[in-house]
Amino acid sequence: MTKQLSILRAGESGIIASLNTHEDYLLRRLMAVGFRVGKQIELIRSAIAKGPLHVRVGTTEVMLRREEAQSIEVTLC
Amino acid sequence: MKRIALLGMPNTGKSTFFNRFTGANARVGNWPGITVDLMSAKLPLGDQMAEIVDLPGIYDLPGDSEDERVVEHFLNTTPVDLVLVILNSSQIERQLSLLLQVQQLGIPCIALLNMSDEAKKFGVRIDEPSLSEQLGIPVFSLSAKYGEGFELVKQKIADTLSYINKAGLPSSDKKVSLKNIDNAELEKRMHGIVEKSIQIPTRLSDNITQSLDKLFLHTWLGLPLFFLVMYFVFQAVFFLGDPLQGGVEQLLGLVRVHALEPLLAATPALVQGFLLDGVYDGVGTVATFVPIILLFFFFMSIVEDSGYLSRAAFLMDALMSKVGLDGRSFVMLLMGFGCNVPALMGTRVMRSRGLRLLSMLVIPFSLCTARLQVFVFFIAALFSPSHAPLALLSLYFFSFFTAFITALLFKGKYRTVEPFIIEVPPYRLPTLQQIIIRSWHEVRHFLQRATTFIIIGVVLVWVLTNFPSSAAPASVDTWAGIMGSWLSPIFDPIGVDQKLTIALLFGFVAKEIVIGALAVIYALEEEGLGSLIAQQMDWVQAYSFMLFTLVYTPCLSTIATIRSESRSNTFTAISLIWPLFFAWFLSFAFYQGARALGY
Repeated sequence: MTKQLSILRAGESGIIASLNTHEDYLLRRLMAVGFRVGKQIELIRSAIAKGPLHVRVGTTEVMLRREEAQSIEVTLC
Repeated sequence: MKRIALLGMPNTGKSTFFNRFTGANARVGNWPGITVDLMSAKLPLGDQMAEIVDLPGIYDLPGDSEDERVVEHFLNTTPVDLVLVILNSSQIERQLSLLLQVQQLGIPCIALLNMSDEAKKFGVRIDEPSLSEQLGIPVFSLSAKYGEGFELVKQKIADTLSYINKAGLPSSDKKVSLKNIDNAELEKRMHGIVEKSIQIPTRLSDNITQSLDKLFLHTWLGLPLFFLVMYFVFQAVFFLGDPLQGGVEQLLGLVRVHALEPLLAATPALVQGFLLDGVYDGVGTVATFVPIILLFFFFMSIVEDSGYLSRAAFLMDALMSKVGLDGRSFVMLLMGFGCNVPALMGTRVMRSRGLRLLSMLVIPFSLCTARLQVFVFFIAALFSPSHAPLALLSLYFFSFFTAFITALLFKGKYRTVEPFIIEVPPYRLPTLQQIIIRSWHEVRHFLQRATTFIIIGVVLVWVLTNFPSSAAPASVDTWAGIMGSWLSPIFDPIGVDQKLTIALLFGFVAKEIVIGALAVIYALEEEGLGSLIAQQMDWVQAYSFMLFTLVYTPCLSTIATIRSESRSNTFTAISLIWPLFFAWFLSFAFYQGARALGY
């Protein structure tokens, strides 16, 4: 089952299934910080009041806003 | 002379390496067509001189972000002999992409695997010889922070340079053709290299960071802790800074009384006034900022280098993103309540220009300690002890209010185009050496960029308040007074009379001198000033004056800093004119409203 990263719950993890964005810039930035298809990803926590998400992808921890996280599809495991 | 460019992704310890490499002699250089500050230094390497340039941290070579364009522009216009690509060893599996892109440029390069101490701790293992063989370039591990492996790297860089020299390799002067980079091909190569030379545990074992984050990023405890941390940083900077600033002022006063005044005793009064009240006071204004900037960056470097600043961004983002800012802007806004100047300089951590300009536009609304002095004086003179705290509190409210309104109004103009994707680095212990070098660089930067501007401004105000020479200084007969009477149609409706208008003109230089200036304007000692002011105006006028003082230009040094940091005269003009307009509008609404209600 795949889910958007933005609706994952804290502690859930999975494998990145796809990066769905038409914005070349966003796609390249996502890839550069380590979001690549097939990578292990975990939602560590999300900030209150619909704040950003704290995510571990590969060996890197990043935060990103929900809008950006919508473009990342995750296969839960 | 050979030129070396230092390149890497953000958070790879690039600046740490640069500082260790160049020590304290790095300077902000001028490069044609480049709008951000690039540090560079010339130093002897082996048998020749080399210039090393610290390029901004970027994720991608063919870029859309401002920093990426800066790097592209730099490589296109400046011949480079050697590129040092610096990578964070524990994130090598993704950072290799930048290295592979650089290799496509055909410039000789060396890969530096930094933070080897962390990688070792986290269990990341890199087979250097194999990596070097596959990449076809020299690869070295080091810890720029602790110096491990550094001497060897320096030696190897010198060797490579003399090899390049002997082989007669030309420096790169061809146009960088980045559009041809085949990313799919790069991905494949990167994957192959990682498979062969790098061992990464499925999970990094950094338990300390995880535990600390459970506390600092806690759903309910995170924000209170953030304000507590900010409170301590603030206290540390400004309560240590205050006596230091006082000391600098005293020292300047002593030099003036015991050295300059006797020296200039024989010169005409005007020359004396120009040199002492103009130029020397200008120098003094600049000098009093030095301790504050030093302390600010001392403690801010700790917040930043420890990794806490990005946590602060996480905590405050939900609120700040609504007004087009982010959590880091909020940190700088808070620090602005001490002093706007270092807070403005601190916005350099934000790499998106739109976000940075918007932050720089709102920071001057922070009620800094200099303005606080003016308010405390007026409130004590005109408000009863029971109303005084309320009056002061309301000014703090207006400070936040004007900042947020300004952000809302201008967020469309200074839009953040970069996606909000920020690395959350592991918690790290900052090193004293790095902190000191950073603070020193910032002070020198301020002195280089702002001094002339500030001195000219102070001299200008001196001229306005001392000419024509027949008028008593700062009186209504001076040019400043004449300007005040011209401006009376504007200032009368907000309850600010001609004498107070002259005080506002002084306040343009620095808020610290407003009270002293009022004493001169009314030809009184400061002690008697409070009661005189209480006779001359009522609380509505005083509050209107304070509102105006809060919102209009904080001081000349702020403007000088905005100008040097934004490198844009248009932006500087906007950040001068908008607050003036806003200040007048608020004071007008308050003054006329209060009068209409019968106060």
